[in-house]
Amino acid sequence: MKHLLSTENLSLANAVRILDTAEEMSSVGEREVKKLPALRGRTVVNLFFEDSTRTRISFEAAAKRLSADVINFAAKGSSVSKGESLKDTAQTLSAMGADAVVIRHWASGAPHRLAATDWIDAAVINAGDGTHEHPTQALLDAFTMRRHWTKLSGLPSTGADLQGMRVAIAGDVLHSRVARSNVWLLRTLGADVTLVAPPTLLPIGVEHWPCSISYDMDETLEKGVDAVMMLRVQGERMNASFFPSTREYSRRWGFDDNRLRALDRLGLKDTIIMHPGPMNRGLEISAAAADSPRSTVLAQVKNGVSIRMAALYLLLSGDTREPAATLKESN
Amino acid sequence: MAEETTYLIRGAAILGGDAEDLLIRDGVITARGTGIAADGATVIDAAGLVALPGMVDVHTHLREPGREDAETVETGTRAAALGGFTAVHAMANSTPVADTAGVVEQVYSLGKAAGWVDVRPVGAVTVGLAGEQLAELGAMADSRARVRMFSDDGICVHDPVLMRRALEYVKAFDGVVAQHAQEPRLTAGAQMNEGQVSAVLGLTGWPAVAEESIIARDVLLAQHVGSRLHVCHVSTAGSVEIIRWAKSRGINVTAEVTPHHLLLTDDLVRSYDPVYKVNPPLRTNDDVQALRAGLADGTIDVVGTDHAPHPSEHKECEWAQAAMGMTGLETALSVVQHAMIETGLMTWADFARVTSTAPAGIGRLTDQGRPLEKGEPANIVLVDPAARWTVDPSAMATMGRNSPFRGMELPGKVVATFFKGHPTVLDGKLNTPYRYRSEAPVAGAAGAN
Repeated sequence: MKHLLSTENLSLANAVRILDTAEEMSSVGEREVKKLPALRGRTVVNLFFEDSTRTRISFEAAAKRLSADVINFAAKGSSVSKGESLKDTAQTLSAMGADAVVIRHWASGAPHRLAATDWIDAAVINAGDGTHEHPTQALLDAFTMRRHWTKLSGLPSTGADLQGMRVAIAGDVLHSRVARSNVWLLRTLGADVTLVAPPTLLPIGVEHWPCSISYDMDETLEKGVDAVMMLRVQGERMNASFFPSTREYSRRWGFDDNRLRALDRLGLKDTIIMHPGPMNRGLEISAAAADSPRSTVLAQVKNGVSIRMAALYLLLSGDTREPAATLKESN
Repeated sequence: MAEETTYLIRGAAILGGDAEDLLIRDGVITARGTGIAADGATVIDAAGLVALPGMVDVHTHLREPGREDAETVETGTRAAALGGFTAVHAMANSTPVADTAGVVEQVYSLGKAAGWVDVRPVGAVTVGLAGEQLAELGAMADSRARVRMFSDDGICVHDPVLMRRALEYVKAFDGVVAQHAQEPRLTAGAQMNEGQVSAVLGLTGWPAVAEESIIARDVLLAQHVGSRLHVCHVSTAGSVEIIRWAKSRGINVTAEVTPHHLLLTDDLVRSYDPVYKVNPPLRTNDDVQALRAGLADGTIDVVGTDHAPHPSEHKECEWAQAAMGMTGLETALSVVQHAMIETGLMTWADFARVTSTAPAGIGRLTDQGRPLEKGEPANIVLVDPAARWTVDPSAMATMGRNSPFRGMELPGKVVATFFKGHPTVLDGKLNTPYRYRSEAPVAGAAGAN
């Protein structure tokens, strides 16, 4: 693995390897000294063409826990806002000796361009590109689901997949890179995915995706589900005729208090509620659902650092050493 | 002067038929037959070559005036000659827009000064391509450029009233409106064909219906006002069906397909390489097959290149930032041979119809697209159909390096192009331009190289 650009082409072996490595990394976060020397002397650039404080600080924490030098390059207020091209920015970072570029970009495919051209030789990690993919988000979601799923069955999470787990992903699938990355990764890990959305917010061509489609949230819950992932509704969709009003959206597709109660009524006591954040409380998710014991929102944030440590570690350390060896070294 | 030389083309398969000789003198084919005596003429051995009427492009972007960093009339027409063309229609979306007699005459004069092919300017339908007010179509028709084709290409004339008026108005001088069929509201921010691939790539979709709905409207408008409509770069199977229906109803519509839409599909966009970004977008294999069938059965009348050179910085960027368009003049013949002739869908005679006779008719060019017979103008291309070559954009005459066919091995090489009896291309290489005698070249119109 030279780059992490998408989950569409991520093999089962590599997906499980990242998840397993993240399990090891998570133990570092439990220590008093949350630091490993694994990437000492390596330079990681967070190249953000789009504001995302959460993702940026998650990558920053991950790189720092691995002792890498971190450079944050925000496109706003930089040469990029003066019209510098992606090519020139990439060549500049290359000249400065970046070993890895974590790129967040509003344009779908921008990380692929960095990886496919000779502009820069660094490892490229896609931290979210347009409406295409957000692979580390899907990996941290899968990590969160795997811990929950294996705990229920009493098996160790390391080495496991998500065979048989029923996952509903609800909301604006059309514009969601999180949904795309999750659909591919969950398929690879063996979960059964149902997308729940208004027809206007599903892409033409979705019928070819490896998942089921539903226009009815209640029916989806009644069929039984082990995880419900609510997607954020972007403000700019609200006035573009994708749905009549936020109230109607909330009633039909939001995870409200009635649906939270429905989980209990249906006997789905172990079903978790997920959200990639930031949440619109009262729109796609009610406050009670977000704050309920079923909610994994904060676990997802915490797991995000472990997943990003694993991705950086596996891409930058090469395959010369087992993760375990490095972890021991730090003690 | 060079054009006064007499040439004897020896043993060319005319339209792919039996080998015959063609004698060319003073810009005219003076004899066709076998065993014609050289009689002092320069003999061109055409054994194994196919002789075709010079190709006529109904859809070329020469970028001059305004974007001489992308292409000039000189470089674009060199590319045209090398590609086997003897006439091109220069689209109106220059800077300034070709929406006045002054600009179309400038482009026309630049073409004559270059001397590689006939340059026939296309006039804009609306002032500044803004879609609000008709440009002075009559003034452009009456100008020295004798404009007959009008188009806002790049932008759709989407206002139905304005489209109706344009169709009606050009009847006064036997003009044609060439429509870029793209419903703007259905394609706001569109990046690629809407379908299975766009869903995965997260690129805003460009639905087929945005093209088809405008074509359906326009053929009905053309029928209603009894006018002549040309549909630029048809790209979907549904468009082919609508045009087939319109023709069956006797509506006076012609249609064009580009070489790239005959060969490439939206699967290529998976690379996110903007060299595959084009308007209309690359579609699916079903569309490609329908376009080929439509071209073969005459539903689609012509091949138009939509040659659209761009400077490299407009393609070396993110997909969404990149300009739309592909070069095409120097690959058109090979791509059509590959997609249509080698598949058995068309003969070389069909090729001559869709690349020369029919496009000349649409543009009302009287001395282009003529049969290769005694007394006809000597606009001829000699093709080696057995040759194979690998496309190398850096070796092309166009300034644009944005060829989607780069690295592909394609059949067919243009060996020679005769424009008004003068070889603009010989041995597959540029020779010299034709020099007009009656009019002096326009000052300041010298070549770009």
